[in-house]
Amino acid sequence: MKMRRLLIIGAVGIAVIFFAGQALAEPITINWWHAMKGARGEVVNTMIKAFNDSQSDYKVVGSYKGNYDETVNAGVAAYRAKKQPHLLQSFEVGTQTMMLSGAIYPVYKLMKEQGYNIDWKGYMQPVLSYYMNANGDLMSMPFNSSTPVMYYNVDLFKKNGIAMLSKTKPITWDKLGEITAKLVKSGVPGGMVTGWQSWTQVENYSAIHNIPFATRANGYEGLDCELAINNPKVIHHITRLKKWADDKRFVYAGQKFQGPKAEFIAQKAGVYIDSLSAIAKLQKAVKDFKWDVAPLPVESWMKEPQNSIIGGASLWVFKGFSKKEYKGLAAFLKHLSKPEMQIYWHKETGYFPITLKAYETLKNQGYYKKYPFKEVGIKQITRRIPTKISRGLRLGYFIQIRNIINEELELVWNGSKTPKEGLDNAVKRSNIKLREFEKIYKK
Amino acid sequence: MIKRSFFSSKFLPYFLILPQFLVTATFFYWPALQGLAQSVMRSDPFGQHSTFIWLDNFIALFIDPLYLKSIGTTLFFSASVAAVSISIGLFIATMANRALKAKAVIRTMLIWPYAVAPAISGILWLFLLHPSYGVVAIAIKRWLGLDWNPVLDGKDALFMVIMASAWKQISYNFVFFIAGMQAIPGSLIEAAAMDGASPFRRFWKITLPLLSPTLFFVTVMNIIYSFFETFGVIHMMTQGGPGGATNILVYKVYQDGFIGLDLGSSAAQSIVLMTLIIVITVLQFKYVERKVQYAG
Repeated sequence: MKMRRLLIIGAVGIAVIFFAGQALAEPITINWWHAMKGARGEVVNTMIKAFNDSQSDYKVVGSYKGNYDETVNAGVAAYRAKKQPHLLQSFEVGTQTMMLSGAIYPVYKLMKEQGYNIDWKGYMQPVLSYYMNANGDLMSMPFNSSTPVMYYNVDLFKKNGIAMLSKTKPITWDKLGEITAKLVKSGVPGGMVTGWQSWTQVENYSAIHNIPFATRANGYEGLDCELAINNPKVIHHITRLKKWADDKRFVYAGQKFQGPKAEFIAQKAGVYIDSLSAIAKLQKAVKDFKWDVAPLPVESWMKEPQNSIIGGASLWVFKGFSKKEYKGLAAFLKHLSKPEMQIYWHKETGYFPITLKAYETLKNQGYYKKYPFKEVGIKQITRRIPTKISRGLRLGYFIQIRNIINEELELVWNGSKTPKEGLDNAVKRSNIKLREFEKIYKK
Repeated sequence: MIKRSFFSSKFLPYFLILPQFLVTATFFYWPALQGLAQSVMRSDPFGQHSTFIWLDNFIALFIDPLYLKSIGTTLFFSASVAAVSISIGLFIATMANRALKAKAVIRTMLIWPYAVAPAISGILWLFLLHPSYGVVAIAIKRWLGLDWNPVLDGKDALFMVIMASAWKQISYNFVFFIAGMQAIPGSLIEAAAMDGASPFRRFWKITLPLLSPTLFFVTVMNIIYSFFETFGVIHMMTQGGPGGATNILVYKVYQDGFIGLDLGSSAAQSIVLMTLIIVITVLQFKYVERKVQYAG
């Protein structure tokens, strides 16, 4: 009997040593599903490789899962099948859905429990605030963040005697009206175009002018929020754009970026409002004219314009993994926010560096002397401390709501509805969606 | 003579249809039942909370004026796609059926578009008709003087997606029509011609009635096509816009379910869509098929 027991103990001991050795030798795999393809995908791969080469305990595997919708859907389906990745990139409009999903492990908690004492003050606040919960805790790690800026055709401006625009001090909307009038008068087919109209002309317009987009602090403080975009100021802005649309100072070229960008590149419009991530595309596509970047216009009554809000995506950590895996995840997230990684990311893609340290380093290196237009967006989001209204938007079914706003705006542009009717209806329809969303999560 | 086969084993026939049954059960009945279950639930995307809510999802749909509008848009869209693709397909088939040089080449060319996926067809048409970069759009604006703008004008957009969806289906219809026409005995047409019937009269009185089984089949198939497969065209060209003008039912299912993650409503919409197409098909069989002459 004794002999047998000894044998068993021996066998177990050997097995333990064997498997421990295996575990030591084999790096733990960490799966990251993202939506970055092409040049951005290459940058992501380089960042992953830098991490994998820097240590031997973990191996991050990045997989491209399609565009944002497809990536989120892949994550949802995988979680339902209990095959979720460790890390999922989700776009900013999906923030509320992810936050309430009950499927995620908040990033602030992860970092704290894994012993990283991170000074979140060293990050760009308007970027972090979009992904914080009501208590100011960071729920997901910001990854690619951008904000809308205004591009203009330098050659057309010069030809018409229009002064170049400042890179820090925004012009007023009235001034933009004069500029676009001059352009149209000179024979340019259109004054301005805008990509992502809901994001640039309603969401960011509201943030910059400190106008609530929705009640309950834009939804941060409760699921019972209601949309508030049918206020006189936004109605006034949309009415103005409609007036401009009638005399060609504004040309509507589609909901996304392709149409407006094409108009700007073909010099059929002199001003183009879109995400700063369009910089890379314009650098590649524009050959026959010079362009530059300026902050978004503000109203003349707004003496101290607020920060604009971000767009883009953040990284969410899923529940259901071992301590060791989370340790690796925390190390990887830390790696991504290192200054050298953030500098590389910003230089290659144009997205914001998320830490102030990376930004300072770039400044000291004289990077923005060489590429001043790359700083316009950063200055625009950091020009003020975000208020409860300008820090971000936290709405359920936000994708549908954006869609509703887009639809109603289109009906305004084509004359089927007045601006007030359109925005009233957008609020009415969105509130139905918000109530449906509230019901799902009501205890 | 009809061939009859006898199976010695009682179970063999069941065994032989088993693979087909499994495929249908896995990929059709099971998801359909899941959809049915989902349509009476309110649940979050990650499947953590689900509540049974009877028919609330359906009620919400039918009190939404935009959903009713979407049904209208879908019916108009499918009727137009079917009408355009059938009439043009029939016309081309009639032309191509006449003896010609290079008959095989011409037919192959005409059948070709069918091999193009709807999404690709959407992109191609968009490159032609987009008001910012479309070649044909520029021509329309310059030479016809029309204010062509499918990005903003709902009618233009609807016209554009109908054309793009019908284009591909023309080839499909062409194949069936030309096959049907070849089955019509030449002697009938020749006899009519000798009696002095005009080409139009011959077509109307002889070809068309004899083609009616094909016509019926093609109509059913076209309507089903325009309800479901045109998704790719819509997705590539208009995403349901402007202002919801081209938001057909199947696209709405995708938008609410796949993009918006509102699974309950999306499932309810799928059920409505399925019911609608079943009703339309049954009606066609009940009322239209009566007029079909299967035997010459």
